[in-house]
Amino acid sequence: MTYKITQYAGYSVIHLEGDVDLSTSPNARKIILECIEAKNNVLVDLSGVDYIDSSGVASLVEGYQLAKSGNTEFGLVNVSQAALDVLQLARLDTVFPIHLSLDAVAKVAKEPG
Amino acid sequence: MNKKIAEPVVEVQSLVAHYGSCEVLHGVDLSIQDGEIMVIMGGSGSGKSTVLRHMLGLNTPTSGVIKLLGQDITHISASKMDALRRNIGVSFQGGALFNSMTVGENIALPLREHTQLDEKTIRIMCRMKLELVNLAGFENLMPAQLSGGMVKRAALARAIIMDPKLLFFDEPSAGLDPVVSAELDELILRIRQAMKTTIVVVTHELDSTFRIADRITVLDQGNILMVGAIDEVRNSKNKRIKDLLERRAREIKIDAEEYLNRLTGETG
Repeated sequence: MTYKITQYAGYSVIHLEGDVDLSTSPNARKIILECIEAKNNVLVDLSGVDYIDSSGVASLVEGYQLAKSGNTEFGLVNVSQAALDVLQLARLDTVFPIHLSLDAVAKVAKEPG
Repeated sequence: MNKKIAEPVVEVQSLVAHYGSCEVLHGVDLSIQDGEIMVIMGGSGSGKSTVLRHMLGLNTPTSGVIKLLGQDITHISASKMDALRRNIGVSFQGGALFNSMTVGENIALPLREHTQLDEKTIRIMCRMKLELVNLAGFENLMPAQLSGGMVKRAALARAIIMDPKLLFFDEPSAGLDPVVSAELDELILRIRQAMKTTIVVVTHELDSTFRIADRITVLDQGNILMVGAIDEVRNSKNKRIKDLLERRAREIKIDAEEYLNRLTGETG
């Protein structure tokens, strides 16, 4: 798994690439939690994720919980079908804010109120 | 179409097995593809549990080859078998939970034994799996405090905690009421859909078989009667298969002399 972090419309976007599994998810978790602890609004871009297992999803859950407790925003973007299948299995597609694209996030951010 | 045929996830070749001097499998061949749900069906004494025990590496065959995820487990080192087992989940008929541990500890055990994951990640993963099997909130109970159906679901949660590539079920529906059984079947299908898991189910439950199977292997008296899709098995003209599907008792032909010899212990 590789990653890069970009800035977009007030969010730190963590782009994960490759497989997020038992061996790589501790690294994904570290990156996500550090970004949230630095008080950033965080989006995790999953478009490059071919496979994510329960440990990867657990890292996203922990990240979302941490963001909520710190009053920062957290969401998922460009969720691939493979990743969506895993989220749906755990019924987490109803829990995470999931955005179709970064443009869609920017549009919502610009809307008044 | 020029689609490349992938290597089977499970491959059994000419498996012969004995209990003592009694030959119970007479050259079983089986091939299960990636992402497939294969149900191994047969009556009591058909050899289906023996096939399962061999596929899990719990029994050593008399002869034959058993390959799981490309590795021949009849000729594999203990350390390689250990590594292979991390990719394999097993949901045993009786649950096989450790009675001295809570449900949560049972489910987390493979992660604590085999991974370096953070304790918080392990706890979230356990709760996710408990949610999946409808046992949310039961993590601190002991196995003795669970009903039979709950034990089975807890065992399933443990079997899938490492998101295995290959998942074995031994009689998943046995002892469950029809609703819980149907829910479990639904869950098996959802796991395959989401995790692309290859699933091998050993059962004699017909309803469950027809709900979940991609293909069915019918075993009878240590031989494979047929391997086919649901409709092929349903429409089979084979008498033993029809007996199984229609729940008819076997006709046992009696050889009077042999029977007498069996009773008296004479070898004839």
